[in-house]
Amino acid sequence: MGTQKGLWSFANKFFTAGVLGLYITDRFASVAPVRGSSMSPTLNPGTTKLMGLSTDDYVLVEKGCLRNYKFSHGDVVVFRSPSNHKERQIKRITALPGEWIGTRRFYDVLKVPEGHCWVEGDNSSSSMDSRSFGPIPLGLVQGRVTHVVWPPQRIGAIERRRPQDTISRL
Amino acid sequence: MRQWRRVANEAMQFSVSTAKFIALLHVTDSYLFSPILAHGSSMLPTFNFSGDVVLAERLSHRFGRVVPGDVVMVRAPDDPNMMVGKRVLGMEGDKVTFVDPASIRQYRKTTVVPKGHVWIQGDNTKESFDSRSYGPVPYGLIQGRAFFRVWPPNGFGFVDD
Repeated sequence: MGTQKGLWSFANKFFTAGVLGLYITDRFASVAPVRGSSMSPTLNPGTTKLMGLSTDDYVLVEKGCLRNYKFSHGDVVVFRSPSNHKERQIKRITALPGEWIGTRRFYDVLKVPEGHCWVEGDNSSSSMDSRSFGPIPLGLVQGRVTHVVWPPQRIGAIERRRPQDTISRL
Repeated sequence: MRQWRRVANEAMQFSVSTAKFIALLHVTDSYLFSPILAHGSSMLPTFNFSGDVVLAERLSHRFGRVVPGDVVMVRAPDDPNMMVGKRVLGMEGDKVTFVDPASIRQYRKTTVVPKGHVWIQGDNTKESFDSRSYGPVPYGLIQGRAFFRVWPPNGFGFVDD
């Protein structure tokens, strides 16, 4: 009888913690690892060592922006890959709906359609981004990256910045 | 002093249980079922013009179980704050033949749905803004599958595929 009661209370606590955790990660903020070097040097500069081993950055993803999908230039966002819904990518927004963007691939300017955005990695030489798959719907965005939270020597806010070469490309 | 402590304790307990309740509501709504008020003419005759309440289940799209014929709730590609209900007609790699409603000469076009995308169309082809106009949409925009109609009473039951 005693063990049953203990088991029940454990299951109850476990369930409550799970529900609260899901609520917080969906509505407020979550932590996600960064893989790959497409956002280097802002994220994963490739030189971070923790106890002699190179390590990936962990970032804080803020979810409040999903209430109205308002973003500004230079926001770093997490979004579902348009070609694979199970995969998530981190890139920087460089153009918002209604703006014109220059593409090297087509040697042409392109208008970002309504409800879409143009995303690019900071490390343009090794980044799969809007330059290859075009503008993405804002509905795919899952959150905005605000801080690096791990490893300790990299903790800090991520600044919003416009890539310098936008003007020259236009 | 003792009375204050009791009041504070009660307030604490109340707010904790309220937070738990809100969290449970959120999890049920975004991982199990959520009610949707369907309106507009694009899904006639499956849904009425206004006021149909439909339950959408929010599990199968997470496991990639959406199949052609399902009525899905999709975040509109041209407005992320809006949800639209459409029917899936093609998955990635499928060949779709359609008539672009905007073209003057109603030629039939054929296209292949690219990787990770779905082709969605409204049941009322005359008044629907869908993949025929804006092309295939990424699977990641799917938010749920409409499966059960609650209102009106004469339509009570499962939504047919």
